[in-house]
Amino acid sequence: MSDDSSRPSDRDQEVARAAAGATTGSGASEHGGTTASEPLLQLKNLEKHFPLTQGIVFKKTVGHVRAVDGVTLTLGRGETLGLVGESGCGKSTVAKLLVALEKPSDGQILYKGRDVARMGRRDLKQYRREVQIIFQDPYASLNPRMTVGDIVAEGWSVHADIAPKKGRLQRTQELMDRVGLNPDFVNRYPHQFSGGQRQRIGIARALALQPEVIVCDEPVSALDVSVQAQVVNLLEDLQDDFGLSYLFIAHDLSVVRHISDRVAVMYLGSVVEEGTDSDVYGSPSHPYTQALLSSVPLHEPHLRGQKDRILLQGDVPSPANPPSGCRFRTRCWKAQDICATEPPALVDRGQGHPAACHFAEARSVVPVDVE
Amino acid sequence: MSISSGATAAPRGGAVGSPLLAVDDLQVEFRTGSGVVNAVNGISYTLAQGETLAILGESGSGKSVSAQAIMGILDTPPAHITGGTVVFEGRDLLTLPPEEQRQVRGPGISMIFQDALSALNPVYSVGFQIGEMFRAHQGLSKKDAKRKAVELMDRVRIPAAAQRVNDYPHQFSGGMRQRVMIAMAIALDPKILIADEPTTALDVTVQAQVMDLLKDLQRDTGMGLILITHDLGVVNEVADNVAVMYAGRIVERGTVDDVFSRPAMPYTEGLMTSIPRVEAKGGRLVPISGQPPNLARIPSGCPFHPRCPRRRIGAEAAPGRDCAVDHPPLRLVVPGREAACHYSEEVLGV
Repeated sequence: MSDDSSRPSDRDQEVARAAAGATTGSGASEHGGTTASEPLLQLKNLEKHFPLTQGIVFKKTVGHVRAVDGVTLTLGRGETLGLVGESGCGKSTVAKLLVALEKPSDGQILYKGRDVARMGRRDLKQYRREVQIIFQDPYASLNPRMTVGDIVAEGWSVHADIAPKKGRLQRTQELMDRVGLNPDFVNRYPHQFSGGQRQRIGIARALALQPEVIVCDEPVSALDVSVQAQVVNLLEDLQDDFGLSYLFIAHDLSVVRHISDRVAVMYLGSVVEEGTDSDVYGSPSHPYTQALLSSVPLHEPHLRGQKDRILLQGDVPSPANPPSGCRFRTRCWKAQDICATEPPALVDRGQGHPAACHFAEARSVVPVDVE
Repeated sequence: MSISSGATAAPRGGAVGSPLLAVDDLQVEFRTGSGVVNAVNGISYTLAQGETLAILGESGSGKSVSAQAIMGILDTPPAHITGGTVVFEGRDLLTLPPEEQRQVRGPGISMIFQDALSALNPVYSVGFQIGEMFRAHQGLSKKDAKRKAVELMDRVRIPAAAQRVNDYPHQFSGGMRQRVMIAMAIALDPKILIADEPTTALDVTVQAQVMDLLKDLQRDTGMGLILITHDLGVVNEVADNVAVMYAGRIVERGTVDDVFSRPAMPYTEGLMTSIPRVEAKGGRLVPISGQPPNLARIPSGCPFHPRCPRRRIGAEAAPGRDCAVDHPPLRLVVPGREAACHYSEEVLGV
């Protein structure tokens, strides 16, 4: 496929493909355009640097916050990729880049093999329909002056082909019913709902456009424990029903393990380890992953104290001035001279999954529950 | 300092001498324009020296409000303490005149909060704020107070304390700010420290550091720790005893080991099945259906009954134990365990 989508022939082809996508989108887990082996979404060496400016009238750039600094990830069809990391590691910036709310400074996002940055207006519109997002804060992400019905249906005013004007109210109510909201509440306002219900509204809004990918940016962090499980189960059901792919971003390692097929761990703008849930949780190989896992409190009294305790010293360095070489070396107990000079590549060093550490070594940190 | 594990489970049994703190039938309501919100509806507990008592609950369960009532920092109005006693060192804090309350609580009970940035004053250096404790309660000079502040910052493991004592709160990271607040809280060697969601705003690696620090400080000083949290993992790792709150009431109480391995109240049971575990992928989660109740309209009978999978209503219920009508009191179910459920024996399988 040519990168230059402004050429008429390409564009026509894309429109045809888009139309096909719109009709088969609901419920169909596969449709034309890509082969089965090709990943749905690929991030290649993605970078996002925010300029740091000084001065009020004459702004000059005095540096960059390297929020995302070379992230390579793939997301397959129907798959859930978990992205974990602590605050400031750049995971939410990845989400914003993915839904084209921010433009990458460098690197590529390939969707069905095509570079999003080079998409024309029409293709980009289609891309934005197919890649939806659910936000963390169900209080801030819904317009308080719009009714639930209007919020869920708003996307259709841009993508009118998905829902004919006539049946929109009914479609909205079907969607509300699907996500576990009472369809009679279609004319209520967000403040009349609880946190968990608001998150369901956000999910319905994303579903309305028949997406292929949903980027879930901390979707359950603001919810109470008893409600969090309801939303996690809903997301799992919707994935089965609609063949959705999720990029599930969260800081809660337990939730990520539960929902993800594969997990990537981020530290200071880059991925330090990636693998299946049993790779990353069962045999973590990067020291940061090990420290992270060892900090998670366990819920079982009989496992208490059986965990390998690794207490990290100090704080995360500033992403405006990250350490040379390996980003983690300033807090790492394995650091040697090479770590300061050579950034470790994210490759498999014999642990069965890639870890970005010169001295990667699988270590079991979390006790295995035998009960 | 080790304590008998049954200490709080048999609160007024007096097994381990007299408790540090005894809260009895505490009630708090908020009188708002749209009606009365019953935030705390008669909770009782005791805290022994060296004990860590976790108060576990979801948002709106009344866990923070009950702590604020003990500390005397509720905004009145709208909040009103409508009943109960809080006995500390033989005196009921709620009936003391304000100035005496201050003199008792100041050095005796202190509290740390979830959001350290808003709990600290942005226009004073941290050294000044920590030193304030010594100036107000011990009449130390500014110079001596600052020297004490540096010692305390060392004690809570803030690196380069002597250089950082004149820094302002915004110059510290979240974890370090929480340490500053802990330094202020332990300045006068309190007998009781109330920690209200101390690590909720922190990342998990920092959370582990702060919880370690709190545990070490407790070991050194033997203070009683009341840990208010919604995080079951933190409770399991840190606390000796746990009181689970729901709709302004304690619905289950016992040692953490007992309560977590075999809950006696369907709400606690629901919490346990709702959370994914880091140590195993696990199967499908079993959530609690519905939403936590509105505290202005708490359901009749057992407040949990609309969400309870084990509820018995009408003909199903035993006489006097209709979940929708009869309010279940917190009662001793098995030795060392109290639960507020008519059918706890069934939940436990005894």
